[in-house]
Amino acid sequence: MSRFICPSCDYVYDEEQGDPREGWPPGTPFDQIDPDWCCPDCGVREQQDFEPLGDDQRTS
Amino acid sequence: MAVQSVQATQVEWRDGKRYLWIMGAVMPLVPFAAWGLVVATGLDLFWWFGPVFVFGIIPLVDLMTGLDRNNPPDEVIERLENDKYYRWVTYAFIPIQYLSLVWGAWMLSRGDLAVADKVGLSLGIGMVAGIAINTAHELGHKKEEHERWFARIALAQPFYGHFYIEHNRGHHVRVATPEDPASSRVGETVWGFLPRTVWGSLTSSWKLEKRRLARREQSPWTLRNDVLNAWAMSVVLWSGLMLAFGWEILPYLVIQAIVGIWLLESVNYLEHYGMLRQKVGTPGRERYERVDPSHSWNSNNIGTNVLLYHLQRHSDHHANPTRRYQALRDFKESPVLPTGYAGMIVLTWVPAIWRRVMDPRVLAHFDGDITRANLHPRKRDKIIAKYSGAIAGADAA
Repeated sequence: MSRFICPSCDYVYDEEQGDPREGWPPGTPFDQIDPDWCCPDCGVREQQDFEPLGDDQRTS
Repeated sequence: MAVQSVQATQVEWRDGKRYLWIMGAVMPLVPFAAWGLVVATGLDLFWWFGPVFVFGIIPLVDLMTGLDRNNPPDEVIERLENDKYYRWVTYAFIPIQYLSLVWGAWMLSRGDLAVADKVGLSLGIGMVAGIAINTAHELGHKKEEHERWFARIALAQPFYGHFYIEHNRGHHVRVATPEDPASSRVGETVWGFLPRTVWGSLTSSWKLEKRRLARREQSPWTLRNDVLNAWAMSVVLWSGLMLAFGWEILPYLVIQAIVGIWLLESVNYLEHYGMLRQKVGTPGRERYERVDPSHSWNSNNIGTNVLLYHLQRHSDHHANPTRRYQALRDFKESPVLPTGYAGMIVLTWVPAIWRRVMDPRVLAHFDGDITRANLHPRKRDKIIAKYSGAIAGADAA
């Protein structure tokens, strides 16, 4: 399970938790998310802009 | 040594507007000021003080006090954003807004006021409603759940709760493109823009929520739909006011909502007038270039900036939508309006004057090439013909 970060506002999509409010249940792989799904916090970057977060950056 | 110099900067930089921000929070007292002036002078005309304040006094203050280009240095931005004082100033707006609304509803229910006085007072309450949408805008962009709730409460008064959805998920995504209902086009008058943005924003917010709920395999007809639950809040609020003060206040509630929405959408009109993001990428996989500081109109006029929580530092807001108002910066490369938003709204009332002031600025912004601007489709050929001389001139130069 990987995590991906919005380069604009640091929102993190965690595949393990998904984002149920947005319609991505826990376990939804990032590559199954629509490429034009935009960041739920800032709305200026889309799925295709997100950057993978290395495990070493995992803080919680 | 480097660390020491950073600390030194932190100690040295002071926010000159720190205590001025309170002006924004007490703005909802304007209807009380109207009443106070009526009582003090005995002149019923002062019931109309609300619009005079927004379209007369604020533009004058902007013209007299001038510009404030002061930017917080990068080193202090995080500390500034985390300073809770600033968010409390925005929270304080909401109880004052509601005090003013309930008091206003009570005044409107009284038999001793003439209809003209009540209309004037409704316009004043509507000014508060419009500025409340701006407060909701600041709060609705934040990541904290309680701030998003405060935004929705502020939006209940003007019955504009779907703004929270459409602005954050619609407008910010499509800003400065022909697809955005809230980005105005060269040649489009504010009066033509208003129905387009109001209807377009409403339908867009519905589609956004419908799409989100469809992913959750839910129907849009649920109170989980943020458009529907926001409107439900307005129904509860307006019904409560009518139960308390009588159904006769309904026309005035409608007036204040229309005025508030008109004020907000007028601001939308001038924030991105003519701005256009170009398409980039390979054919078939094109997308709009990223939003950058050149896509929004800005103003450093201190009067309107203090009342609108730096909304006029609009370029930084679109680049960093979750950034708090006190930390927004002025960019030298951004297009600048000739005066603050309040004064510019007055110009929108007469489209011929608006275009005379703004169209040359749009042209200059695009280096004389008006085809790079967001043009009103119906007037496209006429506008290009009018400014084609300017392109030739720019080429010659």
